[in-house]
Amino acid sequence: MTLGASDIVRLDGVEKRFGAVRALDSVDLTVQRGECLSLVGHNGAGKSTLMHILAGTVAADRGRVVIGGDEQKAYSPARAKHLGIRCVFQELSLCPNLTVAENTRVFHPVLTGLNWRRKAGALITSKLDEIFPGHGVGASDLIQDLPIARRQMVEVARAFTATDEPVRLVILDEPTSSLDSHTAGQLLAFMRRAVANGISCIFISHLLGEVLQNSDRIVVMRDGRTIAADRAEAFDRNRLVTTMGGTEAPTTEANAGDRLARGKTPLHVRARPRQQGGSTDLVAHEGEIIGLAGLAGHGQTDLLLAIFAAATSPRPDVAVNATVALVAGDRQADGIFPLWSIAENIGICSLRKLRQGVLISRRREDTLANFWRDRIKIRTPDIHNNILSLSGGNQQKALFARALGSEARIVLMDDPMRGVDVGTKLEVYDLIREEARGGRTFIWYTTETDELKKCDHVYVFRNGAIVADLARGELTEEKVIQSSFIGTDPR
Amino acid sequence: MMAARRWLFASPWMWSYLGAALVWIAAIIFTRGYGAGGMLIAALSLAVFTVVVGIGQMFVITLGPGNVDLSLPANIGLSSAVAMTVMAGDDRLVAIGLAAALGCGLAIGIVNYLLIRALSIPPIIATLSASFIIQSIDISYGRGLQIKPPPGFADFTNIQILGIPLLAILTAVFTVAAGIALQRTVYGRSVLAIGQNIRAARLAGIRVGWVRFATYALSGMLGGLDGALLAGYFRGANVDIGNEYLLASVAVVVIGGTSVAGGKANVAGLWGAALFLVLLLTMLNTFGVSAGVRLLVTGFVIVAVISAAGGEKKRD
Amino acid sequence: MTAKSSVAARPAFMPFGKTDSPRLLRALLPALSLALVLLAIAWLNQRAISYFGFTLMLNLAIPIALATVAQMFIITGNDLDLSIGAFVGFVGCVTATWLRDTPILGILTLLGCVGVYAALGALIHWRNLPSIVVTLGMNFVWQGLAVLLLPKPGGRAPDWLLASMSVKPPLVPFPVLAALIIAAVTYFGLMRTSYGAILRGSGGNATAIGRAGWSLLKAKIVLYACAGLFGVLSGLSLIGITTSGDANIGNGYTLLSIAGVILGGGEFVGGRVSPIGAVIGALTLALAASPLLTFMHLPPDWQVAANGAILIVVLAARALISRREVEQ
Repeated sequence: MTLGASDIVRLDGVEKRFGAVRALDSVDLTVQRGECLSLVGHNGAGKSTLMHILAGTVAADRGRVVIGGDEQKAYSPARAKHLGIRCVFQELSLCPNLTVAENTRVFHPVLTGLNWRRKAGALITSKLDEIFPGHGVGASDLIQDLPIARRQMVEVARAFTATDEPVRLVILDEPTSSLDSHTAGQLLAFMRRAVANGISCIFISHLLGEVLQNSDRIVVMRDGRTIAADRAEAFDRNRLVTTMGGTEAPTTEANAGDRLARGKTPLHVRARPRQQGGSTDLVAHEGEIIGLAGLAGHGQTDLLLAIFAAATSPRPDVAVNATVALVAGDRQADGIFPLWSIAENIGICSLRKLRQGVLISRRREDTLANFWRDRIKIRTPDIHNNILSLSGGNQQKALFARALGSEARIVLMDDPMRGVDVGTKLEVYDLIREEARGGRTFIWYTTETDELKKCDHVYVFRNGAIVADLARGELTEEKVIQSSFIGTDPR
Repeated sequence: MMAARRWLFASPWMWSYLGAALVWIAAIIFTRGYGAGGMLIAALSLAVFTVVVGIGQMFVITLGPGNVDLSLPANIGLSSAVAMTVMAGDDRLVAIGLAAALGCGLAIGIVNYLLIRALSIPPIIATLSASFIIQSIDISYGRGLQIKPPPGFADFTNIQILGIPLLAILTAVFTVAAGIALQRTVYGRSVLAIGQNIRAARLAGIRVGWVRFATYALSGMLGGLDGALLAGYFRGANVDIGNEYLLASVAVVVIGGTSVAGGKANVAGLWGAALFLVLLLTMLNTFGVSAGVRLLVTGFVIVAVISAAGGEKKRD
Repeated sequence: MTAKSSVAARPAFMPFGKTDSPRLLRALLPALSLALVLLAIAWLNQRAISYFGFTLMLNLAIPIALATVAQMFIITGNDLDLSIGAFVGFVGCVTATWLRDTPILGILTLLGCVGVYAALGALIHWRNLPSIVVTLGMNFVWQGLAVLLLPKPGGRAPDWLLASMSVKPPLVPFPVLAALIIAAVTYFGLMRTSYGAILRGSGGNATAIGRAGWSLLKAKIVLYACAGLFGVLSGLSLIGITTSGDANIGNGYTLLSIAGVILGGGEFVGGRVSPIGAVIGALTLALAASPLLTFMHLPPDWQVAANGAILIVVLAARALISRREVEQ
């Protein structure tokens, strides 16, 4: 297995700079046939850049890319595809205005002729059936009509479809981030089957449990370099975290006792989901961290948006008596202003506060941005740089800074830690707790059980309604999963 | 030289000033320097009218893809008639007439926004439909009217201070104010944010509805003001007075460096682009070419300028 | 495990029917608008609903439909063509002069026009230009060329063109037949062929299309060339109907064609267009523009306003239906 001849991919001394930033610094990487290699590291560690080089979408400044034993001189996405390298990137690469079958056709130029539509539909449907039994996606569904989880499923399935070009290596960059745990499990099980059949996978995930359970080999990256590579069995959670350079998770359970007793502080939000039949309302008091749980797309985001809307125009089902800010989960679509600097992106929620007379003061804007850059550790030399110069995780931090820097007393979070590295997460968790202690209320939709444990109170959603209402003490993973899948009577 | 080149490429709207200068030079070479100053003054006077509507159009276009105010020509036509009727040739009624023109434009802006908002019609179609209706009102209202502006008002639009048209000076001041408003007020920032990402703007707590309303209202009012000024400058209102400002208002905005994709506006470029277009026509007139050639050259030059300046860098 | 997966097999939160019905309604809305206008006409003047009536009422709908389809190709690629009206006018002038007097020169010119459109597509892609500005400039160019070629209205359409535009097929009026053919051809080309999917995809997510190995330059060129081709056809048919040329004959077509695409359910961005919808939208506009108003005995001053009002009413009805759809 370790013979060089079985290498699908070999990268030698690959380097890449973006302006002054050295994204990759002499990286070596090999992937063997029938191997699942996991790549872990902080946001900005260079994982995505490395994968883009492998996919042909970014050219390396220096170094060799060897695929199947041949060095690639004029490497491109088309060449990569021809050589059997497929990618599932974080940003979806589907055309929303096309159907599932048409998107498959885009990927396979060979699907032509009069019945191309049927051929493409059969190809993608059979693969979806294979990976995600019971997926509920039709070949003639438009991508724009599908919820994000199903789009991700189509994206993954499409990467594994084969026509004239073989599938040798599939790069999965955070493929489970928009999937609920059940579908994520289906995907991981399929990945293991594919690997057993001789396909190689590069798997990128911030969920260390997934990484440890499903990979053959793990490569850890930091600051544009690979700093550790070993068999998966050689790692455990702690070793991974320390190698990545993250701090150990502090035991948050310990300070659970000093939390406020529920209901002692003033009420801030009372909301009832649309599909709610019974009498269960979501309530949030000042200084509380409220978690929203359940499978992806079961009404959590809708409720957050309803609370957000109710803050400006009253509505019967939601009562909010304080100012509200929202941290978006889908930062490209809902968060970032791509033409603006980091400072302008942070300041947008606080424009009124930043005024001096009628005009916005640049100085105050910079002060606010610098304060939050230091507080939340946004990694940038200059807050006047464009927001897109930040890595994904740091962009997310800027969005946190935007909400926390505003005067809002209630912060809504729409699964904002999607695809964020462990180190960033821990920093943000601490910040949230600190802000809550200062009297801010957080309503937090998350797909990760670990994050629910940070909440004072958790509501579990199913089919657009609250099915369980768990206090911090009663929260267990089993209870959440049980309620999400089967549902219990709301108490 | 290299630095200058880089600066020029970094700020593509400078091309419009460069173009204006080149065209002007070409024209005075042709006339052997005769009337060089007069040509510039005349161009300034005419550019004012394009810049005024251009500012409104710029704010609208900055709101994002699909936002454009096609009702400006009809607006200008109707407002000029309203202003002249209210003034009724009497110098004492000038202020009321101007207010009436502004009010007329404001009403049109509000109607535009209501069509866009309440009926969810894309702005390009909503303002187009509105312009049809306004046109009819104007035809019906202005039939047989050939109203002259009050002499004082007509003179006012032609006053020069130190050889520079007063209107141009006032408009320049207004342009600077618009530039500051765009970058440094809550309203301006909101417009820019909506243009970049309307969903994100809404979720950042920006009152998208109000900002869009204000923007269409502003564009309408500037159209109304422009109508009154045009009627004063050309000494009379008529239905077709605003016709050329449909394409001209869009052209100066975009040649001036404002992104049609929204979220990025350039106020200084408006003047460069307006001067460029006006001087281009002046130059062709000095050359004594036919109408066909004039159109042809104007078109070629617009395409050439935008091709030379290049579009925005692709975001990947 | 089996029990768990069977539970997950019916997530039930997004019922299947729900994903289908908005598409169906979106597709049906343009047809409903057309039916509305037809009903109004029938109510005002029953005799108009006849073979002869349709031939008369819809005659000018053919060039509008062709221009709308041309605009639709441009909109598919997230662009907008502000020059299509002037272009149709120029083609009309060529048709009424060169195509009759020196057919070879005329044909070469018209082919050259399609080539110019293709080149514009290439230029816009290559320099990443805003199509609005480029076509704004081209609007002046086509207008200038038309004025140079035909300073005063005149010329005459070639006889074969006149003959072909006055064909009287059995049972179905010619304009209806022509609209059906235009709709069928463009629907098949853009929606059913395998390359059509790539063209629409280039409007939906250009990066994805590029990464899959397709040439975005080629896609843009093909879209613009198609627009040029249909623009030429529009000019030809227009002159075939009006018999003589005029440099300003197509001026209204730019805005009509955009309105037609939107009325037909298209959107300005995202490659979301519907060829059948666009043709229906063009027919609706053509009917609403003059026959309906004639039957309503409207004073000429208010005809333009009525055009605008009809556009508003039809689109408002559409918005109402789709809003109800969303609320369901």
